Amino acid sequence: MNLVLAKNETGRALSDSFAIARDRLPGAGKVAEARSAAFEAYERAGLPHRRIEDWKYTDLRALMREVLPLAPAPDAAALKRAAAAVKLQAIKGARRLVLVDGVFAPKLSELDGLEKGLTVRTLQDVLEAGDAALQAQLLTPDNANPMVALNSAMMTDGVVIEIADGLVLKQPLQVIHVANAATPAAMFTRSLLRLGRDAGLTLVEGYIAADGAEVYQAHDSLIIAIGDNSRLDHVRLVEDSREAINISSSVVTLGAHAHFNTFGMTSGAAVSRYQATIAFAGEHSRVETNGVNLLNGRQHADTTLFMDHAVPHCASREVFRAVADNRAHSVFQGRIVVRPDAQKTDAKMMTRALLLSDDAEADNKPELEIFADDVTCGHGATTGALEESLLFYLRARGLSEKEAQALLIQAFVGEAIESIVNDDLRELAIAATRRWLEARS
Amino acid sequence: MSLLEVKDLKVRVEDNEILHGLTLTVNPGEVHAIMGPNGSGKSTLSHVIAGKPGYEVTDGEILFRGEDLLEMEPDERAAKGVFLAFQYPVEIPGVTTWNFLHTALNAQRKARGQSQLTSPEFLKKVREVAKSLNIPQDMLKRGVNVGFSGGEKKRNEILQMALFEPAVCILDEMDSGLDIDALRIAADGVNALRSPDRAMVVITHYQRLLNYIIPDFVHVMSRGRVVKSGGKELALELEASGYAQFEDAA
Repeated sequence: MNLVLAKNETGRALSDSFAIARDRLPGAGKVAEARSAAFEAYERAGLPHRRIEDWKYTDLRALMREVLPLAPAPDAAALKRAAAAVKLQAIKGARRLVLVDGVFAPKLSELDGLEKGLTVRTLQDVLEAGDAALQAQLLTPDNANPMVALNSAMMTDGVVIEIADGLVLKQPLQVIHVANAATPAAMFTRSLLRLGRDAGLTLVEGYIAADGAEVYQAHDSLIIAIGDNSRLDHVRLVEDSREAINISSSVVTLGAHAHFNTFGMTSGAAVSRYQATIAFAGEHSRVETNGVNLLNGRQHADTTLFMDHAVPHCASREVFRAVADNRAHSVFQGRIVVRPDAQKTDAKMMTRALLLSDDAEADNKPELEIFADDVTCGHGATTGALEESLLFYLRARGLSEKEAQALLIQAFVGEAIESIVNDDLRELAIAATRRWLEARS
Repeated sequence: MSLLEVKDLKVRVEDNEILHGLTLTVNPGEVHAIMGPNGSGKSTLSHVIAGKPGYEVTDGEILFRGEDLLEMEPDERAAKGVFLAFQYPVEIPGVTTWNFLHTALNAQRKARGQSQLTSPEFLKKVREVAKSLNIPQDMLKRGVNVGFSGGEKKRNEILQMALFEPAVCILDEMDSGLDIDALRIAADGVNALRSPDRAMVVITHYQRLLNYIIPDFVHVMSRGRVVKSGGKELALELEASGYAQFEDAA
């Protein structure tokens, strides 16, 4: 009984919010129809809870309780605070695109001198005036996942990036989401990246909070299409405020002979979920996905990956490391499906969790569904504490307990960080690790 | 004042008393050998001096330059100049030897109120030390002891000893797992570090090591006590007659 009530209350509050926000949400016609359908789908399901298998470890009814009202568009003061916050993740030489409270901020972004073949538009523009094909692609995520449906209903802004055939960009493209909400609010963003054939890009995504932003919700989704013979390097850093909620989804498809190398690190947010679906649509493609959770306090971070091997001769590697201190809770769900035609698939998944306290928790759920007979698939998982013998060795050499732990934690997450190809980006992840370690001691 | 004084030390692990009142005095410049059969408490003594968790000292004391060593954390002891060369140095994947040595040296320097060494300063120092001990540079780039042979692990311990410049070195079964060539190289390294200011405590099961590191004093341990002390000739005597006589004595 209680549960029904909770759902209704949440639903009603959100209905009001949706009705109020509607005028601000971009897109008419088909887009508006899709929004309504998505909203209805979300309302039917409500916030996902632990009795839904996919959300078993991340019960949003308990952890999130409600969807906050849509954040107002940022004013001048907000943009100024956001500009200061961006420095935390700034990398030299990258082209920066900034979203503040879910709205694209042209003044904080670099749109001058775009290379020939690189197009950057806002989600607003595309939904209001863009071509039907792009709109359709932006509306591809289906409503089966309630949080994706909610994002489809409420998406306010984002960036739509297209890389033409043959263009290999040396300069990384960095999308930074800055939350600035002075009062508790939610932002809904959706972005799209289309890489043509023979193209290449390094994409960096970051989630940070401006000074004073504490309680907020970042709801994001990203659609990526990687063309034949193209390569995307992707780094994602979640450093949201420690009272924030970050729910992000991505849908990635790869053409033939394509390569996707992705690294994600979550050290911020009170509650976060990153759900990614990666689908092979062309043969001889490769995906490396690496992730690190660095958690303390009562943080809860969930990474849920779905690797869809639909065609033959593709390879995927998943390396995941979780470090949980205090009462933190790390969740990794890795599902690999090898469909009947996907012979010669080579899929491996390895997760390791390091628990720094008795109350910390790490849940690991591998799911392998293999319908082809000539494949190599494997997974492994370990959970443990820091080894006493290593700690003592370091302490006997002069390192304090915290220093010894820090060195071993850096080494533990190092294997995943090593997967980042670009030196500057690897440094960014190492710096984020260091910030986490410093905040710990 | 003596450098290291172990006085009537009694140590338990869980319900078993391992050391039953051990006394040992070490002065600067001296090399002491502690010999004894397996299970006599040699390694326990080295662990307790270095501060390894899991041991309960029930009686007695350990003074280092007159200070109560047992009150100090393992890292404080290291910074004060106590060095334990491990019998089985651990492997630490993902931490380069270079980074480990730099972090450790700076941690000790910080604790002593000395300035931090920058990367170039450290590089210069570690290269000099490695060269003087004939240790190849590429060992520094590898993970700490990862994939090292037994001999390389012991040389890495000696490299650390040379770098940290401790006042007292406890060498725990340095000869275990080494062939005769590796043993000679390791012993040469140790001998190079002998000095009038530095004391060494060489713990070993076999007399063989003492052909290369010549001690000033030899102590025989049996069942948690020192049962006989003497000069270097005591080691030879043991070689001839074995430990059995002392087992009876204990």
